[in-house]
Amino acid sequence: MDVLVPLPVAIPLIAAAGLTATGPVLGRHVDDTVGVATAAATSVLSTLLIFRSLDRDLVYWFGGWTPRHGVALGIGFDVEPLSAALAAFAGVVTTASFVFAWRYFDEVGTLFHVLMLIFLGAMSGFALSGDLFNMFVFFELMSVCAYALVAYQIEAAAPLQGAINFAVTNTIGALLVLIGIALVYGRTGALNLAQIGRTLDGRKPDGLVLVAFALLLCGFLVKAGAVPFHFWLSDAYAAAPIPVCVLLSAIMSDLGLHAIARIYWPAFSGTLGASAGSLRALLVGLGVLTALVGAAMAFLQRDLKRMLAFVTISHVGMLLAGVGLLTARGLAGSTLYVITDGLVRGALFLAVGILIHRAGSGDELRLRGLGSRAPVAGIVLFAGGVLLAGLPPLGSFVGWTLLVRSSASVGYGWLPAVLALATLVTGGTLLRAAARIVFGWGEGEDPLLSHEPPAEEEPRVPASRLSPQLLFGPAVALLAVAIGVAFTPRLGDHATRWAQRLEDRQAHAAEVLAGKLPPAVPPVPVHAGIAPYAYSLASLAGAVVFALFGLYRQRLPGLVRGWAGRLLDPPVTALKALHSGVVGDYVAWLTFGVAALGGLVALLGR
Amino acid sequence: VSYLPYALAVWIFVVGLYGVVTSRNLIHLAVCLNVMQSSTYVLLLSVGYLRGGTAPIFADVPKGTRAVDPVVQALTLTDVVVSVTVLALLLALAIQVQKHSKTVDPDELRAMHG
Repeated sequence: MDVLVPLPVAIPLIAAAGLTATGPVLGRHVDDTVGVATAAATSVLSTLLIFRSLDRDLVYWFGGWTPRHGVALGIGFDVEPLSAALAAFAGVVTTASFVFAWRYFDEVGTLFHVLMLIFLGAMSGFALSGDLFNMFVFFELMSVCAYALVAYQIEAAAPLQGAINFAVTNTIGALLVLIGIALVYGRTGALNLAQIGRTLDGRKPDGLVLVAFALLLCGFLVKAGAVPFHFWLSDAYAAAPIPVCVLLSAIMSDLGLHAIARIYWPAFSGTLGASAGSLRALLVGLGVLTALVGAAMAFLQRDLKRMLAFVTISHVGMLLAGVGLLTARGLAGSTLYVITDGLVRGALFLAVGILIHRAGSGDELRLRGLGSRAPVAGIVLFAGGVLLAGLPPLGSFVGWTLLVRSSASVGYGWLPAVLALATLVTGGTLLRAAARIVFGWGEGEDPLLSHEPPAEEEPRVPASRLSPQLLFGPAVALLAVAIGVAFTPRLGDHATRWAQRLEDRQAHAAEVLAGKLPPAVPPVPVHAGIAPYAYSLASLAGAVVFALFGLYRQRLPGLVRGWAGRLLDPPVTALKALHSGVVGDYVAWLTFGVAALGGLVALLGR
Repeated sequence: VSYLPYALAVWIFVVGLYGVVTSRNLIHLAVCLNVMQSSTYVLLLSVGYLRGGTAPIFADVPKGTRAVDPVVQALTLTDVVVSVTVLALLLALAIQVQKHSKTVDPDELRAMHG
């Protein structure tokens, strides 16, 4: 057993406990130093785990409770490169966020650092765990930290509302997961994912297993923010302090998706294999719906944080469709896309933070022409918009190639076109905001956009205390990493190989439960062909046009405007009205989603 | 196995859910959420129940004694801890909302929408 495996969870938790005890005595600089150092150490450790798990999973049994006669007794971590990559990604983003907070927050207590560190530990644990109940515990730990962090600026109304909506909906999501776990345990007597898979393998799925799977799926979709479970997300992300937004948007949403792949392949793919086709249709359909609704809502925002929250929803939907293709290549592509895209979204949130800090507002219209106060933020907004739309061969392009190839291989050749439409809208929306803020283009008022955001609590920072690089550096660094990932040689080929290891559930179970080496799989070459370039470039070109449309929409001829208004106004008004900000409505939608999705899974799984 | 405990768990869950959806008071809402969570205790314990089984403590009982499943009991205990954490946090938020907006009605929190 590799002693490094538990460290990405243990180190942040120990550091958090230590800080709680010593922080109030030692002061702010110690908090910041410990936070940055711990997060950086965690990302280095998780990166090491990627390299150590290249050819075989690292399975770690806590307390030395190894399986006896092929039966898992203890609680285990199961590290494969894709999950280690997600943990490393969490570490990198947390480091950037800590560095940013150093300068961004003037008065921030030790508890902020403590919560962020526990959050990081929980995210690493959630990504690495190979045990269903352990996933639930880390899920809850992560959620509780996140609720508290969203409400960290407790003097304002919006963070309270955001945190309450977030806490209530996500607690119900966690309950769904827990009920699913109880049912699975009742059927199989196992909590280890590989063990569950081995017990269920070859059986025809009965009602109980289908209900359990549907509940687990819904629970994780609440965390990921798929339609109709997404309502909490825009409220929480719009209200949270910027360093927290970065973590939530970049990693937490994506971990919900990762969990779906993580439970489907080892545990449920054997028993649900016969109905994989209908399950695929369901997940892809939900993903496409989420991608389009998120993109449309993003376009309608003027509050930059809320805009980015809807961009997150849209891209999560896109990647849900990617994971939902239920192919190794789709999973590999989605995971790579999640990481690069998450880094870009993190950088964009940081850019908004810089604008709030320098220009005193996070509102697109009020910031019009004020970009000169923070040129770096303007550059990051432009670059981020371009990267969201797609910029071959950089950024998310490797993941995109895999998604395009994978869609074609299972008969969903139309999917990339729809997803490219979503990235066109999200990228275009960001470019619109960037152009309005930096160059002062477009109108100063736009009745189509949602209401003005609540006034931002302006962080007061003594001008000379710390260097401004602390504010700009993290955003630029995250963008640089996002662009640089694409230069890793044969990244797509290797990622597909790793995903195939997860897909081969019998070899995986033998490896986890009996320590048998998996068969060596050579890297799977991906022939990009012309299609991914075409989609990506079309999305980018479309985004530029769409940004101009967003800016100068009101100058279109009156005839066109009137005609388009009659057609589009009712759905736009309805869509806005759905996002009511009332937690009861959100829970009602959640209930509806669970009933619909559960019914469909039960119907299709038969 | 009797279906009664499962029916009870479903009932508790649905009652709590109804309360959460219709609640006009944040404290009531937090408690309803806790009620929902109680349904999982019932569910977990009934999953591991064995008729005639004793508590899973194997210190001074003869070998081979029937005992209920200890794993679900551990899960329930963890679940209780989680639910208390969430309840405490929600109540703390409710206090802040009252201080700030002089109301605990979630429908009157309209800082964000659209």
